[in-house]
Amino acid sequence: MNSTEQLLSINNLHTGFRIKDTYFDAVDGVSISLKRNEILAVVGESGCGKSTLATSIIGLHDHNKTRVEGEIIYKGINLAKLDEEKFNKIRGEEIGMIFQDPLSALNPLMRIGDQIEEGLAFHTKMSKEQREKRVFELLDQVGISNPKRIAKQFPHQLSGGMRQRVIIAIAISCKPNIIIADEPTTALDVTIQAQILDLLKDLQAETGAGIVLITHDLGVVAEVADRVAVMYAGQIIEEASVEELFANPLHPYTRSLFNSIPQMNSENEKLQVIQGIVPSLTNLPRTGCRFSARIPWISEGMHEENPTMHEVSPGHLVRCTCWQHFHFESEEGGITR
Amino acid sequence: MSFMQINDLKVYYPIRGGFFNTVVDQVTAVDGISLEFEKGKAYGLVGESGCGKSTTGKSIIGLEKITSGSIVYEGQNVTHNRRGRGSSYNRDIQMIFQDAHSSLNPRKRVQDIIAEPIRNFLNLSPDEEKRRINELLAIVGMNEDAKLKYPHEFSGGQKQRIGIARAIACNPKLIIADEPVSALDLSVQAQVLNFMKDIQQEFGLSYLFISHDLGVVKHMCDHISIMYKGRFVESGNRQDIYTNPQHIYTKRLLSAIPDVNPVGREERKKERIEVEANYTANHKNYYDENGKVFDLKKLSTTHFVAMSAHEKGGI
Repeated sequence: MNSTEQLLSINNLHTGFRIKDTYFDAVDGVSISLKRNEILAVVGESGCGKSTLATSIIGLHDHNKTRVEGEIIYKGINLAKLDEEKFNKIRGEEIGMIFQDPLSALNPLMRIGDQIEEGLAFHTKMSKEQREKRVFELLDQVGISNPKRIAKQFPHQLSGGMRQRVIIAIAISCKPNIIIADEPTTALDVTIQAQILDLLKDLQAETGAGIVLITHDLGVVAEVADRVAVMYAGQIIEEASVEELFANPLHPYTRSLFNSIPQMNSENEKLQVIQGIVPSLTNLPRTGCRFSARIPWISEGMHEENPTMHEVSPGHLVRCTCWQHFHFESEEGGITR
Repeated sequence: MSFMQINDLKVYYPIRGGFFNTVVDQVTAVDGISLEFEKGKAYGLVGESGCGKSTTGKSIIGLEKITSGSIVYEGQNVTHNRRGRGSSYNRDIQMIFQDAHSSLNPRKRVQDIIAEPIRNFLNLSPDEEKRRINELLAIVGMNEDAKLKYPHEFSGGQKQRIGIARAIACNPKLIIADEPVSALDLSVQAQVLNFMKDIQQEFGLSYLFISHDLGVVKHMCDHISIMYKGRFVESGNRQDIYTNPQHIYTKRLLSAIPDVNPVGREERKKERIEVEANYTANHKNYYDENGKVFDLKKLSTTHFVAMSAHEKGGI
C-alpha cells in the first residue's frame, strides 16, 4: 500500500441542476485529487457547491434533474458515467459517506445493529453470525462502550454524538477506501465534535482510507485536515496544504474569511466583513473572476479574463491574479502596486 | 448599578403519566440561577445543547412559565407580569431568535413586521410610524424599498437584520439574543456581530447572548456564565473564564474548541484527551449524587465558580 497512491482524481467536473429547462452548474469545473491516507478538506460558505461536489462523487443525484459532466476517476473507472447498477456495488463498499444530520440519516424504525448489518449483507458474503460479530466490532471501534445493548436500540434512544458514531460505523463497515464526510460535526456540541474528529483521524490512521471532509468551519479544518481546497461559487479558488494555507492565505476570499473569524481578533476590534452576498445559482457570473463583485475597490484590470489556477509555490494553487494586488478596503491607498 | 435582577430562577417541566395524567416527575430545565444586568453590558450564556440556556432566555422574556424565583426590573417585581400589555418590562425586553426565517411571518411585509411592536406600544400616527420604520431600516443598513417585500425575498443575514430591526423598534433596554448567528455563514455572521456591537454602543443596549460558540461569546460579551444541567458552573468576565478557568467542566469545554491554527494540533489533541480523561476520572467530585452542580462560591469580585464536593463538606 503506497502512501502517495492516488485514490480519486476529479477532472473538470460540472454538476448542474435543471431549473426551468436550463441547467445551472453548481459545481463548475472542479479538478482535484485525493491520495491514500489523506484528509482533504473542502471549505466554503453555504451555496458554494461543496455538498454538491460530495454527492457527485458518491452518485446520489437524481439523473432526471441533474447533469454530471467531467471525470471522477476511481480505480480507472469514471464514476460520473457509471450506471446505477454498477454504482451500487461501489457505493458503501468502496466509498462510504457520513452525513450531517445523524438523526435523519438513520431509519427510525430499524434497530441500530440491523442498520449497520444492512451494508454488510449487501456487499459481503458473511454469514449472519459473522455479520453480528462484525457489528459489535464496529460499534466498539467507534467508541461505543456497550455494543451489545446499543445494537438492539433504536436511533431515538441515542444521543446526537452516539448517533453520529453509528453513522460512522455504517460508513466504515465495509472498509471503504474513500470516506466522504459532509459536515460530520455541524450538528454536534463542541465537546462531542472534538471526540468525533479525533475518532475520524484515528480511524483513518488505522485503515489508511482517504477522507474528503466537507465543512464550513475553519477550526475543524485546522484540527484535522492535511490538504485544503477553498470553494467559492462552484469553483476551487485556492488549494494548499493545511499549514501553508493557514500561514499564508493568498486569495482575497480566503483572506477575508480568515479575518471574519471572531476568536482570532482581539475582543473589541471590528470583524472583517465581505461586501455583498454569495451570488445565487441562477445569476452567477460565468465569466471573469467570480469574487470581483465583492471586492469592487480592486480595479477590473487586476483580474484575469478567464481565471485559471496558478501554482504559486509547490502544492499551493490560487485562481486568478487579483491576489497579487489585493488589499483590504480599510487599507485603501496603503498599498499601490 | 444593575437595572434588572434575576433571583434563583427555576423552570421545571412536569412529566405527566399514570391513570389520571398526574405529575409523576419533573425535568429541571433551569435550576436556580441568578443574574444581574447592567446598562450597556453584554452577558454571555454558554453551554451544550440541553443545558437550559434557551429556556433561561425564554423564561426571562415570558415565553416559559417560571416555577419559582423572581425577576426584579427597575425595583419592581415583574415575575408574574412579564407579558402584560401595559408593563414597561414587556416593551423594554426584546428578543432575537436563532432561526430568523421562522421568526418572521411569511405573509406579512417587512414594514408590517417591523411596525408590530410600534403599533403595540408606541401609539404613533401613521406618518410618524412610517418615519420610524425608515429610520429602523436605515439603522440595520437596508434599503427603503425593502419595506414592501416579503421575508422570503431576503438572504439569511438580511432576515436576521430585519429581526433585529423589530427587536430595537421600541428602544429596548435588554435584548435576549438566542443563538443569533449560529445559522449564518462566517462572513454574514461577521456582519451581524459588528452590527450588534454598533447598536449596543449607540443605544446603550444590554445583551443576554445565548450561544454554544465560545469564540463568538468571547468576542461579544463582557460577562460570561457557563451553564450545565440548568445551573451555572462558572461565571466571570472574559479573563476569568478564558485565561483562568477553575471548574473542571469549563476546562473541558475550552479544550474542545478547535483552534484556527494547524500548528501544534497534535499537542492540542493530547492535551484534549488528557483533560477528557481527567474529567471522566474526577467529575464526580464536582457534582452531587444526582449529578447536580453545587452552589457558586466567590473567587474575586467578578469570578464565581461552583464548589467541589470537598468544599461543600466532603460528601
